[in-house]
Amino acid sequence: MKTIVEVKSLVKNFPIGTGIFTALNGVNIEFSEGEFAGLVGPSGSGKTTLLNIIGSLDIPSEGEVIVLNKSVGKLSPRQAAQLRKEELGFIFQNYNLLPVYTVFENVEFPLLLLKMNTEERKKRVMETLEWVGLTEKVNSRPSQLSGGECQRVAIARAMVKRPLLVLADEPTANLDSANSHNILQTMEKLNTELKTTFIFATHDEKVIGYLRRIIRLKDGKIVEDKAVD
Amino acid sequence: MIKFLFDGLMRDKSRSLLPIIVVALGVMMTVFLQSYMNGVMGDSIEASANFTTGHVKVMTRAYNQNISQMPNDMALLGVDTLLQKLNKQYPDVTWAERIQFAGLLDAPDSKGHTRSQGNVTGMGISLLKSNEEIDRMNLRNNLVSGRFPNKPDEILLSDQLFHKMNLKLGDEVTLISSSMYGDMAMYNFHVSGTLHFGINVLDRGTMIADISDVRSALNMENAAGEILGFFRGKRYDDKMAITYADNFNKQYATSKDKYAPEMLPLSDMNNMGFFVAYDNEVQKIIIMVFIIAMAVVLWNAGLIGGLRRYGEFGLRLAIGESKHEIYRSLVAESLLVGIIGSLIGVLLGLFISYFMEKYGIDTSEMMKDSTFMLPTVLRAHITATTYFIGFIPGIISTVIGAMLAGIGIYKRQTANLFKELES
Ligand SMILES: Nc1ncnc2c1ncn2[C@@H]1O[C@H](COP(=O)(O)OP(=O)(O)OP(=O)(O)O)[C@@H](O)[C@H]1O
Ligand SMILES: [Mg+2]
Repeated sequence: MKTIVEVKSLVKNFPIGTGIFTALNGVNIEFSEGEFAGLVGPSGSGKTTLLNIIGSLDIPSEGEVIVLNKSVGKLSPRQAAQLRKEELGFIFQNYNLLPVYTVFENVEFPLLLLKMNTEERKKRVMETLEWVGLTEKVNSRPSQLSGGECQRVAIARAMVKRPLLVLADEPTANLDSANSHNILQTMEKLNTELKTTFIFATHDEKVIGYLRRIIRLKDGKIVEDKAVD
Repeated sequence: MIKFLFDGLMRDKSRSLLPIIVVALGVMMTVFLQSYMNGVMGDSIEASANFTTGHVKVMTRAYNQNISQMPNDMALLGVDTLLQKLNKQYPDVTWAERIQFAGLLDAPDSKGHTRSQGNVTGMGISLLKSNEEIDRMNLRNNLVSGRFPNKPDEILLSDQLFHKMNLKLGDEVTLISSSMYGDMAMYNFHVSGTLHFGINVLDRGTMIADISDVRSALNMENAAGEILGFFRGKRYDDKMAITYADNFNKQYATSKDKYAPEMLPLSDMNNMGFFVAYDNEVQKIIIMVFIIAMAVVLWNAGLIGGLRRYGEFGLRLAIGESKHEIYRSLVAESLLVGIIGSLIGVLLGLFISYFMEKYGIDTSEMMKDSTFMLPTVLRAHITATTYFIGFIPGIISTVIGAMLAGIGIYKRQTANLFKELES
């Protein structure tokens, strides 16, 4: 399997007050195409920090992170944006749908950035909404949806451009058990059908139950990395 | 993408409504103030032009140099020929000859002895041939008793002097002054009407007579102190006046004759230059003030709106926009707001200006007996500039406001902007 993420001796320091805080301390890890993996660990262990750097939203302090053959630390802001725009999808705890836009428009947005033409956009959006089972809600506003529905819209938004890699930070934190299972099944299905790589950051047992690889973080270090069947 | 931004803007009332209202109000005031200042300034300039300076004025060089003394011994001669020439050379200008003079007015009793006397500042204008000058100087509104002269040797007198001298309408008065040749001139007139101007200097002792009578009185056959020119159907235009004057004076450039005619634009007379310059500056000042005031308000509105939208920005960064693109889209949004707000503001402003131009505010009651020559009805005046002037502060201020407010995006780390999502 092709390697799509390579993290080498990664250190991430944050300035706090007069000193620095080391959130990631010598992380080495690789991810291959098609994985359904999760960063697991207690609060403050560095899960989000690692995910942000892999997502080129932040840069390493030391070491190197190579995502799809690009070294995150060496990208200009414009190149980093380009990488996110073309290859990466994000899913967040808080869905982060744009409240003034309809479900359709929220999902359509990444395609606008890719300058896709209207017809193709429409086709893609509808197809993606079908995957997540939200075709009847195309014209609803986020405020008219349940939490589970919102997160499915967010998944559709992350998936609509068929990214190679989806980064999901606590995607179930605001969902009840039934909705959590529902969206996890949706993502699992997308992973198997489209071969999209998923990397989660989570401490939710429900999520952990679906993972095929579990990476445990503690105090900015990887303490365990195991495959599950 | 533009449509996407536009839809968002229109649907998010808190993002669009306040800025649009701010812009519309600011633009409306700019438009109104511009047309109002334009009207009042312009009317003041016109009042002065009609009364004393004309849009341009022709005098002899010597007369111009001593103008405060009304030196009729230096008056223009051969006025008929000069007028013909002016009419031919400047067909879009109406010319009016006038004679200004000073003198003593003497009212005799039945035995011919002096009953009362008063100092007068006089003006000889064309009264009998046409009503043009009466209308130009707006004398109809100033007439308080009697009528306008309709036969030779009749005059109008300021009402104040008329009463001071204990005169009755129809009374004979003698003007004692000096002729064009410097000797004493005496001439009898009859008072046909009295005038009230509401301006102290004029009310103290003004006498207005037909120019041909003044010529007889002062022995000024075919002479005139001044020839005033008025742009036909137009307000004062400084550029045009200067061009005309330059072009006229060129003809006499080589002449050393101090009695050669000389044309002056209004802005070169009676401190009117200040007024004209002020009239031009005022627009710039109004625009600057509104740009700054509105930009500050919109900057703050943008900051508050921006804070609310950090989540959105973080999300858009994650989806693949760069900070630069987000910043640009904020500015593009503000441009839309600026254009919409300006359009509304210009329409509102024009609407108000239109009524202020048509009806005006009559201040003649408030401004009784002022020392200045100000128009009594304050009116707006809509010009071509009025239509677009509002767009300048409207658009500049929204864009500046958005640019300032948007700097916050750059100040924040990408990951921190993104963090707003988590909260
Ligand atoms: N911008 C920052 N400045 C300073 N410290 C930071 C910053 N971002 C993260 N940290 C610190 O780094 C550590 C790791 O944070 P991170 O968000 O990666 O944890 P996490 O594993 O995602 O925790 P959680 O499960 O609570 O989301 C924390 O102690 C946090 O306080
Ligand atoms: Mg986290």
